[in-house]
Amino acid sequence: MLSNCRSFIRTLPIIPVAAVIWIALTASAAIEVRESRKPNADTNLDNGLAAWQKVYSVLTSPRCINCHTATNYPQQADDRHRHFANVIRGPEGKGVPGLNCISCHQSANADSTGVPGGNNWHLAPLSMRWQDANDRPLSSAVVCRAVTNRSKNNNLGGPALLKHHEEEPLVLWAWNPGRRPDGSMRTLPPLSHAEFVAATRTWVEAGTPCPPAK
Amino acid sequence: METYQLNVNGQRKQVKVDPSTPLLWVLREELKMTGTKYGCGISACGACTVHVDGIATRSCVVPVSLIGDRPIVTIEAIAADPVGRAVQDAWVDKDVVQCGYCQSGQIMSAVALLKATPRPTDTNIEESMGGNLCRCATYVRIREAIKSASQQLK
Amino acid sequence: MPAATQLEKRSQIDRRGFLRVSASVAGGLFVSLYLDLPAFAEEGNQAPPAKVYPPDAFVNVRPDGKILITVNRLEFGQGVQTSLPMILADEMDADWSQVIAELAPAADVYKDPVFGIQMVGGSGSIAHSFQQYRELGAKTRAMLIAAAADRWHVSPEQCRTENSVVYGPGNRSARYAELAHDAARKPVPNQARLKNPSEFRLIGKKIRRLDSRPKCDGSQKFGLDLDLPGMKIAVVAHPPVFGGRVKSLDDKDARAIEGVREVFEIPLMKGSGVAVVADRFWTAKQARDRLKIDWDLSGIEHPDSSQLWARYRELARTTGNVAVTRGDQKALESFPRSSRIIAEYEFPYLAHTPMEPLNATVRVNDDRAEAWVPSQFQTMDQMAIAQVLGLKPAQVTFHTEFAGGGFGRRAVIDSHVPREAALIAKRLRGTPVKLIWTREDDVQGGYYRPMHAHRVEIGIGSDGMPAAWRHVIVGQSLVAGTPFAALMIKNGVDASTVEGVADTNYNIPNFHVSAHHPTVNVPVLWWRSVGNTHTAFVMETLIDELATRAKMDPITYRRKFLKPEATKLRAALDLMDEKSSAWRSKLPKGHAVGISCHECFGTAVACAVDVSIENKRPKIHRATVAVNCGLAVNPLSVESQFQAGMGFGVTQLMAKGAITLKDGRVEQRNFDGYTPPYIVDVPVGVDVHIVPSNDAPTGCGEPPVPVISPAVVNALARLTGKRYRSLPLESLAG
Repeated sequence: MLSNCRSFIRTLPIIPVAAVIWIALTASAAIEVRESRKPNADTNLDNGLAAWQKVYSVLTSPRCINCHTATNYPQQADDRHRHFANVIRGPEGKGVPGLNCISCHQSANADSTGVPGGNNWHLAPLSMRWQDANDRPLSSAVVCRAVTNRSKNNNLGGPALLKHHEEEPLVLWAWNPGRRPDGSMRTLPPLSHAEFVAATRTWVEAGTPCPPAK
Repeated sequence: METYQLNVNGQRKQVKVDPSTPLLWVLREELKMTGTKYGCGISACGACTVHVDGIATRSCVVPVSLIGDRPIVTIEAIAADPVGRAVQDAWVDKDVVQCGYCQSGQIMSAVALLKATPRPTDTNIEESMGGNLCRCATYVRIREAIKSASQQLK
Repeated sequence: MPAATQLEKRSQIDRRGFLRVSASVAGGLFVSLYLDLPAFAEEGNQAPPAKVYPPDAFVNVRPDGKILITVNRLEFGQGVQTSLPMILADEMDADWSQVIAELAPAADVYKDPVFGIQMVGGSGSIAHSFQQYRELGAKTRAMLIAAAADRWHVSPEQCRTENSVVYGPGNRSARYAELAHDAARKPVPNQARLKNPSEFRLIGKKIRRLDSRPKCDGSQKFGLDLDLPGMKIAVVAHPPVFGGRVKSLDDKDARAIEGVREVFEIPLMKGSGVAVVADRFWTAKQARDRLKIDWDLSGIEHPDSSQLWARYRELARTTGNVAVTRGDQKALESFPRSSRIIAEYEFPYLAHTPMEPLNATVRVNDDRAEAWVPSQFQTMDQMAIAQVLGLKPAQVTFHTEFAGGGFGRRAVIDSHVPREAALIAKRLRGTPVKLIWTREDDVQGGYYRPMHAHRVEIGIGSDGMPAAWRHVIVGQSLVAGTPFAALMIKNGVDASTVEGVADTNYNIPNFHVSAHHPTVNVPVLWWRSVGNTHTAFVMETLIDELATRAKMDPITYRRKFLKPEATKLRAALDLMDEKSSAWRSKLPKGHAVGISCHECFGTAVACAVDVSIENKRPKIHRATVAVNCGLAVNPLSVESQFQAGMGFGVTQLMAKGAITLKDGRVEQRNFDGYTPPYIVDVPVGVDVHIVPSNDAPTGCGEPPVPVISPAVVNALARLTGKRYRSLPLESLAG
């Protein structure tokens, strides 16, 4: 028995080494497989672009795009009409003295009066506009480039964009948009927040690809 | 019903109301301060404008539960502020009011404008006052009074 | 005959009521009426309007020197609680700095001397009470002098007055406050000397309003601000279609809210609704939101705007009940198509939306009631409350509260809001109940300026002037089926529908005007300037079109086309021309001028506007307006009425300035869907010029409203080449 233990102990270090060699071999095999599947790098790109389309569908839904305007006013409601009472952008997207966003929009939804609210309610800067001057949503290609342009998007790279989509209160608001004055619930974006984050992650991991510009 | 401690015109006020009650109705019915008016209930007209933490705020849409300890100033006390006094004096001097129902809100908005922009241009006036409704349409004299107040405050 | 004497003649009241129509000096239509209220006459409670107005009901000189003047109409922005006291104080030689004013409660002595009921409307405050308040002031002065003369054993002729002091021979003087007690015991003279206009110290001067400061510091109380011990708040759930009834009601969730006192069905003018009474407004409103009401909407018309338009357009192509016919009715047929204009116009329902939502407070005790209402129609409202409660009007103490605007909305023949309040208060005997209509109730609650269609066919003579004019107007009657019907409907034509066309100042030789009054299940009401809101638009835009066709300047064209005897309007036109010619000839690129003129309620107005297009909407940079209103009692007030009244008129042009119905339901809810003018929508600057005159004063409440819309649209026609015949103004392309 003693002779068996000794031989077992002698083989022990081999196992982790073998494991490492095995892992290395399969990994390199996988890499070899990936590299040898050059046309399938497109699958990753395709996945990324498909994921982007999902992200785009959320960004251009009313709960998000209503504050990403190209004009000097926000929009409201699902038909995205111009916000009532002549509220305007102001120099910092926060309205103007006497008529600030936070004159009405508080830090939480006011369901009893039908006014949505969230932390630091304000318009996205013009550099983050996702519509044209005629209130038409910009194309997927254009919005993608705007969102990934670090000189315009507050210097957010892929991972930071993901975090933004995961955690930013005003982003989260879109999935808890509160009640309208008539008591009905505002419509949600076309994906759940979890799906939106997952799609963002896929897109980011694919290197935030954008569809070809026309 | 919940109890709230509010800071209204520098005084502590305690009220017991449903948390969803807009600040407007707390002021008007609990505190009997009727200077702030109900015009629409959806923040479209500005008759309900007060200052909360220095920001012009439309009290008809803000539930009292979201106010906290932020100081509230209403039309009844705005004269204590030199800008408020100048605006009210200009309003009287220029004979602005007609029915007068909207004017508490107009004045509170104008004060917010002048505190931030002491020499407002026509565009500043249109933008800052652009959400205050006056059915009598006293807008021509509102413009004049704001400019006059601005001059007085120089 | 001098205008003042004409006014006196019109004040004479007949025992039985009937419509008396008399032409004013300027040739316009002036309606004087005395209501025949049979239900009342039977009870023997109908007192005819007092021919004698006891001064002590109107002026009270206090021991501290303050002079309290009672104003016999609602103050709702027009400034009457300053201008009527001015008139009285001037004749009285009162110290203006000591004058304070109050609004009269409902009482016979406060009835409008011409209309015979206590009310404000028809731009009649100054026009009807000028002479009255002068006499009151003069008589009060005479009584004060009599008291002083007595005291000093001198004759009244030896005394004079100035600034609340009577001066006698020698160095004698006595303040009004000292004399008031004795003066009140003097007999009221039948006549008293009125001042010569050259002696006026207040009348004709720019005097600031008495109610400014309270309206600027939050202390002014309006009807909605009333607070009484033990008061409860009520709101009413109205049916979604006018005339609907409650079929079943589940109020369990509503009653569960703490502070809800009562929930019960109440009858409405048509159909029924549900009243909720609570300790606080917010409680009542929340409770109402939780009511589950099953409405019975059967057996009532479900009005629909698109269906109504189709019906109206069809009707407009047929002759209606004839309002005016003169000249050769076949004249039009002789004009070839190329010399004709055929124009069809459309005007939507308009809501008034005064800034202060509708409200009324009533407390019912056993044989008495008390009401507090910001009312334009005290006599009618008091009567309605009494009727609901089974009381005589004299048993209802009716207080007039300051109103946050009205524009006609607080003068409702059926008094439906005070009635609702009384019905609810009846159930809570001893408790004051304040009924509040929310803004949604207001926007959706009916009583709109009716929708109208016009069809006009004009045959143009070789001189470019209309030689034949055939005009059909389609619109609900405002008074059919009401006690006012006998007074205002003649030959099946409601005078208020055709005013501004039927009585036009233009010299149209062959003229035919007729009207159709369809019955529609939408309650309707006069809206500031009434028929002139649509008729002036049609007339003034057509005149502009005719002038363009004739290649004539629009002012020149009007001068040529107006009747020679339209002197009041001609004077206004001339003054407007003079005051605007400088800027009209120096317009920047992209700007255009629009001209209009109109006479209504006895006052003539002409205006020129400077308009460009910004963001697909008209931007009105400037308006010059000339007013001919006879003597301007307070020129500052006249200026204010016109600067602001023109802005009010822009309501008709707003993109969201229409009430529409779909399947019986009003589609708009609040200011987000029905949007009146904000500061950016009205003229930036308005300069007002008053034609100098000592003629009897005529009103300024409504005359500013009709001229602005056609003037703006006439300017737009120059900018775009298009004619706009449908209001509101949709987005202007490019």
